[in-house]
Amino acid sequence: MIKTIDAKGLYYRQLNDMIQEAVNQGAEKIILTNVNGQRYIGTRIPRPVEIEIKGVPGNDLGAFMNGSTVIVRDNGQDAIGNTMNSGKIVVHGHAGDVLGYAMRGGELFIRGDVGYRVGIHMKEYEDNIPVIIVGGTAGSFLGEYMAGGILVVLGLERQSGRPITGNYLGTGMHGGVIYVRGEVDPTLLGREVAVFELDEADKKILCSCLHEYCNDLGIDYEEVIKENFVKLLPVSHRPYGNLYTPA
Amino acid sequence: MSLDYTTPEFLIERNRDRCIDCKVCVNQCANEAHEYDEEENKVVSDDVKCVNCHRCVALCPTRALTIRRYPLEYRQNAGWTAHDINSIYKQAASGGILLTGMGTDRNYPIFWDHLLLNASQVTNPSIDPLREPMELKTFLGRKPNTLKIENGRLTEKMPPQLELELPIMFGAMSFGSVSLNVQKSLARAAAESGTYFNTGEGGLHSDLYRYGGNAIVQVASGRFGVYSEYLNAGSAVEIKIGQGAKPGIGGHLPGEKVGREVSLTRMIPEGSDAISPAPHHDIYSIEDLGQLIFSLKEATNYEKPVSVKIAAVHNVAAIASGIVRAGADIVTIDGLRGGTGAAPLRTRDNVGIPIELALAAVDTRLREEGIRHRVSLVIAGSVRNSADIVKAVALGADAVYIASAALISLGCHMCQKCYTGKCNWGIATQNPNLVKRLNPDIGAQRVANLLRAWTLEIKELLGGMGINALESLRGNRLMLRGVGLSEKELQILGVKAAGE
Repeated sequence: MIKTIDAKGLYYRQLNDMIQEAVNQGAEKIILTNVNGQRYIGTRIPRPVEIEIKGVPGNDLGAFMNGSTVIVRDNGQDAIGNTMNSGKIVVHGHAGDVLGYAMRGGELFIRGDVGYRVGIHMKEYEDNIPVIIVGGTAGSFLGEYMAGGILVVLGLERQSGRPITGNYLGTGMHGGVIYVRGEVDPTLLGREVAVFELDEADKKILCSCLHEYCNDLGIDYEEVIKENFVKLLPVSHRPYGNLYTPA
Repeated sequence: MSLDYTTPEFLIERNRDRCIDCKVCVNQCANEAHEYDEEENKVVSDDVKCVNCHRCVALCPTRALTIRRYPLEYRQNAGWTAHDINSIYKQAASGGILLTGMGTDRNYPIFWDHLLLNASQVTNPSIDPLREPMELKTFLGRKPNTLKIENGRLTEKMPPQLELELPIMFGAMSFGSVSLNVQKSLARAAAESGTYFNTGEGGLHSDLYRYGGNAIVQVASGRFGVYSEYLNAGSAVEIKIGQGAKPGIGGHLPGEKVGREVSLTRMIPEGSDAISPAPHHDIYSIEDLGQLIFSLKEATNYEKPVSVKIAAVHNVAAIASGIVRAGADIVTIDGLRGGTGAAPLRTRDNVGIPIELALAAVDTRLREEGIRHRVSLVIAGSVRNSADIVKAVALGADAVYIASAALISLGCHMCQKCYTGKCNWGIATQNPNLVKRLNPDIGAQRVANLLRAWTLEIKELLGGMGINALESLRGNRLMLRGVGLSEKELQILGVKAAGE
């Protein structure tokens, strides 16, 4: 069952009440039109569904989300996929800061550029390996404190001379992997990471993620994959292991 | 071999007349301070390894052991104490940040001990709690501006509340920092006594979901084990911003403590360091805090109160006001003397302000701003006994968290070595051989006993004041008088001097 909700003029709580009600009445797919900054869409739903958003959703889209699929046809704002457990969020435009904070599973696909602090403290657990793919460029502090998962930055259609990521890339990282298409300026790196070539296992994982990403966003996969990628790994799984002495 | 400057802190005295070389002390000491010497055929001790936890003393069948402070005196110096000198030796050897456990042991003023309670004499009779009903029931959560009542019933739904039979909850201690048997003991005692335990930031173990009705689930910057089921399993959600023992810094649970069970509960790989960054990186302002509060309300269908826990710092009153305006239902303030499983020594011993002053300042500020009813105030930070609790309520607290006191009831001897993972009492450890020393059935009983005892004492103190409901004492600072306090301290506490 597909349910369409016009979000025009609705406060976020009213809108999320209506989404919750639609899901309780059996809706499998919900189309939201005229969305304009309403927060927490996809957070308060009792079971996984598909939500298609026309307009710009507000902060914390899909926060604590568990299994749903959210498609945003426009730009997104801050804190998308905050502490997300599973599911998928696809944003066809740009998105803001703090995406996928402490995300533990699921996928977050952004077509355009993203802001600061993306993928901070992402972590993986058993079969849950979160994936964030950024089509454009990312701001500073990307993957800070990253403890697991896969972060990919493609830098597609970027203006020449514009760095693909900001400063402090992977600072405090102690797990997971960051793949960057093209080169990484070593001056941007955090102290806890180093740049490596991809091995066969990397290529397999990356190809599989990128296939899905390109498919979802209508991007030419061959065009994306023909460029060289590098990977960033933490140099230690215990970056702060040597910091303390018993008093 | 380079010279080791470390000298023992404690002296292990073994009375050879009593010792039967039974090796109980050898088996009990995870620090390996006692050893069996095969050649000499006797038990010997190494003072340097002793942390003074009293495990061996308590279990020695012949009472052969005594632990003393090591009788080693530096040349007298009022400035350079042994503590200062030894700290430098340790740091010169290691280059590391000094790490410690439990609350600060420094000599900061304890204002509870400068506050005295009132009692009724002649003019209004005291109440005998053994004969008359005495109400300690406490509701934590946002209260509405007005109550609309029709036909004896509320016409509007109350915001979600926690219902406590007594104004005492168990403070946040994560599975990882403490053993599962500690959490089991606290959970059962909370269920039996009609109160709540707090999961800390390490998730909720699958064995404890059945105690969700007595659990406050915590969300800290690492977001360990935080997902929809966890949030909805608890009765309230607490956002941990800060902790009294280490305001302004995060936490590291070392990989050695992340075994199978901790890994499952925190939802991180085994052996991985569990790092909680100092700030929540999605909260850089009061507005951002509001965003997280309401994302948690959305995630829990607006059915659970949301608490925000902060450390008592200089501008605590203004910060608390911001937290109330951000939409929190409960503000928890943890004071300077608050405990911890691991904290940098200098932070623990030098950062923050005493809880008594923080509580008085926050309560006063929220009243002045007319928003006190919009939030419940819970305080923490070395609440040692029932009198501290009664004084806290009179200063304006709705309830208190106890954590160190609860651990002491389980056998903690305050040796301050929680961070080593070698807790001989089975409390701050994940070593299965040590964990099993704490039987959760006995533990639950001991903690419940403590709550019962303190409840009786609180009722007695209330009765003495002629008060039969704790609600009548809340913020009733006329029931307090100060002794040995400066004019300024009295003013901040909002109490009169004794004799006034």
